Amino acid sequence: MPTNHALEFPGGYTRSVGPVIGRFLSELRDGRLVGVRAGSGRVIFPPLEYDPDNGHAVTDEYVEVGPSGTVESFAWVGEPLPSHPLDRPFAWALVRPDGADTAILHVLDVGEYERGAAPPKRLKPGLRVRPRYRAAAERRGDISDIEAFQPEVTMITAPSRLEYDLKPGRALDRFLEGVSEGRILGHRCPVCRKVMVPMKGLCPKDGVPTTEEVEVADTGTVTTFAVNNLPDPRAPQVPFVSAYVLLDGADVAMVALVSGLPADQVRMGMRVRALWKPREEWGRTITNIRWFEPIDEPDVPFDRIAEYM
Amino acid sequence: MKDIAIVAFAQTRHSAEDTGLAETEMLLPLISGVKEQVGISRFGFTCSGSNDYLQGAPFSFVSALDAVGAWPPISESHVEMDGAWALYEAWVKMQYSDEVDTALVYGFGKPSQGSLREIMSRGYDPYYLAPLGVDSVSMAALQARAYLTRSGAKEGDLTAVAARSRAAGRNNPYALHLDEPSPDAPYDVAPLRAHDVAPEADGAAVVVLATGDRVAEISARTGLKPAWIRGIDHRADPHSPGVRDLSVSPSARLAGAKAGATGVEVAELHVQFSHEELILREALDLGDDVLVNPSGGPLSANPVMAAGLVRIGEAAARIHRGENRRTLGHATSGPCLQQNLVAVLEG
Repeated sequence: MPTNHALEFPGGYTRSVGPVIGRFLSELRDGRLVGVRAGSGRVIFPPLEYDPDNGHAVTDEYVEVGPSGTVESFAWVGEPLPSHPLDRPFAWALVRPDGADTAILHVLDVGEYERGAAPPKRLKPGLRVRPRYRAAAERRGDISDIEAFQPEVTMITAPSRLEYDLKPGRALDRFLEGVSEGRILGHRCPVCRKVMVPMKGLCPKDGVPTTEEVEVADTGTVTTFAVNNLPDPRAPQVPFVSAYVLLDGADVAMVALVSGLPADQVRMGMRVRALWKPREEWGRTITNIRWFEPIDEPDVPFDRIAEYM
Repeated sequence: MKDIAIVAFAQTRHSAEDTGLAETEMLLPLISGVKEQVGISRFGFTCSGSNDYLQGAPFSFVSALDAVGAWPPISESHVEMDGAWALYEAWVKMQYSDEVDTALVYGFGKPSQGSLREIMSRGYDPYYLAPLGVDSVSMAALQARAYLTRSGAKEGDLTAVAARSRAAGRNNPYALHLDEPSPDAPYDVAPLRAHDVAPEADGAAVVVLATGDRVAEISARTGLKPAWIRGIDHRADPHSPGVRDLSVSPSARLAGAKAGATGVEVAELHVQFSHEELILREALDLGDDVLVNPSGGPLSANPVMAAGLVRIGEAAARIHRGENRRTLGHATSGPCLQQNLVAVLEG
C-alpha cells in the first residue's frame, strides 16, 4: 500500500536575491519592468548578474522596458494543474518587452475558456501583450506581482441604440392594414403588369405610380436563402434560415424566415406556407407571420424561379 | 587519452505502473546480473545517477548503494542527473586514475510515486521560473511552438516521430508497447499531444566500463564485442528559456562536434518530447541514412534518470552484437534540451 508523503519547507524556503534580481523585484513591486544592460549593450530582461552570451558581469545600468511586449513563443495549457497559477485554461508565454533583448517566461491570460479548450486562434507569436499587476498593496516583490500578461487592447464593444417613431407611408400602411386582417396585399404595375408585395405605391422598374390592389396567397416558393449563425431576437435559435419567398400570385420575392425543418434541409424551389401567430396576437405588423414552414408539395424547378432571385 | 570501452549493458523491463518494488529491489537483480555477466564483483569505481526529488527524500541515492555491496568501502560517487552523466564522471575518473580499470555505472528512477512534471520544476531557476509554477511539459511545449514557428514543420511531423518511435518500441522487450498514435489525440500542453510526451516509466539501467587488458578479458567471457568510446562531451545552454533561441540546440551541436559525431550509422537520442528529435537531428547533422532510436527511444519508455544512460547502452549494445560499427548515444538534462551529452562509440 502506498503511503502519502509530502516534501515541504513549512512557510517556504528563504533565499537571498542579491542586488541585481533584488533591483528587478523592487521595481516590479512598484509596477515597473526593468532590465539590466550587458557590456555588449544588450538589455537582459529579467536581469541576470551575467551576460548569458559570454558570462561577463553586467553593467549597473538598469533600463525601464515595456510595459508592452511581444509574444515570442507560447504553450497552451488546456487542463491546468493544481500547482498552476490559474484554474482555467491559459498559456505560458515568452514575452519580450519593448526595449529588452531577451524574454521573460510568464502567464498569458487570453480570457475565459472551458477546461480542455483548444488553443485560441488569436494566440500567435507576435501577439502584443502587457502585464496585469496585482493591486499595489498585495505585491510582495516576487515574480507573481504580475498576475499575468494580457493582450493589448485592439477592440472595444461600443453600446449603440437609437429610438425612432417610424411612419410606414401610405402604401405600406395599407399593406400592414391587410396583414392585421390576415391578408397579404400587393399592387399590380399598369405598365409591366407585375405584382409587387409589399407594395410601395410605385413600380421601381418602370417608375410609375401603382394603385391596383391585388391579394396574394400565403403560400409560396423559396427562391434563395441564407443560413444565419448569429443570434437575432426576431428569429428562432441559431442556425436559422432567412429566405426569399415568392408568394403565389406575386412577382417579387419577400424576405422572410423559414423554419419547421433543419436548416441544412432548406432548398431552393421548396414550397412553403406562412405560419401565422394566434389571431389575438395580431397587430399592424408583418410579424403576424411568425415564419414560413414547408408544405408537402413537389419543389418548383429552378428555371421557373430563376428570375426572382 | 585512454581508450575506454562499454563492455556490458543491462536494463529493466520498464514499467508504466509501480510494480511494488523499491528502488533497491529494482536495482539488485540488474546489478547482480551484470556482475555475473562480466565476472567482476568489485569495480575500481562506482557512479550512479538519480534524482532525490522523485522519492522526496534527501540522499535517497545512498540507500541504492545497498544493491551494489559497498563493504569494505568502495570508491563511489553520484550525480543528481541522468545516469549518462554518471558514465561521464566514471570515464573522466578512469582517464586520470591509473588504479581504476573497471567502473560500474547505473541510473534509476521511479516517477510513479509523484507528479514528474511538477517535480522536474524544482530544478528551475528559483527566482524567475519555479515560483510561477511552470512544469516541465509546459516548458517543452514552449520549445515545440518555437521550433514549429521557425521551421515551418507541422504538428503532424511531431506525430510522425511518435509513430515511428512507438512502432520501433513494440519490437523492444524492455520498452512499453504502445498503440499507433492518432493525429487528433488530445493535447497535453499544446502543441504537444499525449503521444508527444515520453511515457513515464519506473526503471533502471547499468553499464560497465573497462580499459586496458580488462577489456579483452571481459569480452572473452561475455562473447560481446567491446564498444569503444571514441568521443564523449557535454555542453550546456543558458538556463533561462527567454535568453536563447529555443528552436535550435547550440549545446547539442557543440557536444556533437567535440565528440566527433560524424559517420554514425545509428543514433539513440534522449527524446522526451517529439519535437526534440527534430531539433537534435538538425543540431547533430544526422541525415536520413542514420537510423534514429531503433529501440523506440524514450517516446516508447521513459525510465526517468536512466533513459539517457539507456540511450548510450542501446548504442553500445548494437556494437556488442556486431550489428553496427559506429553509433551515437545522446542524453539531455534540464528544461528545453538545456544540456546535452554526446558519446560516439565504435566496434
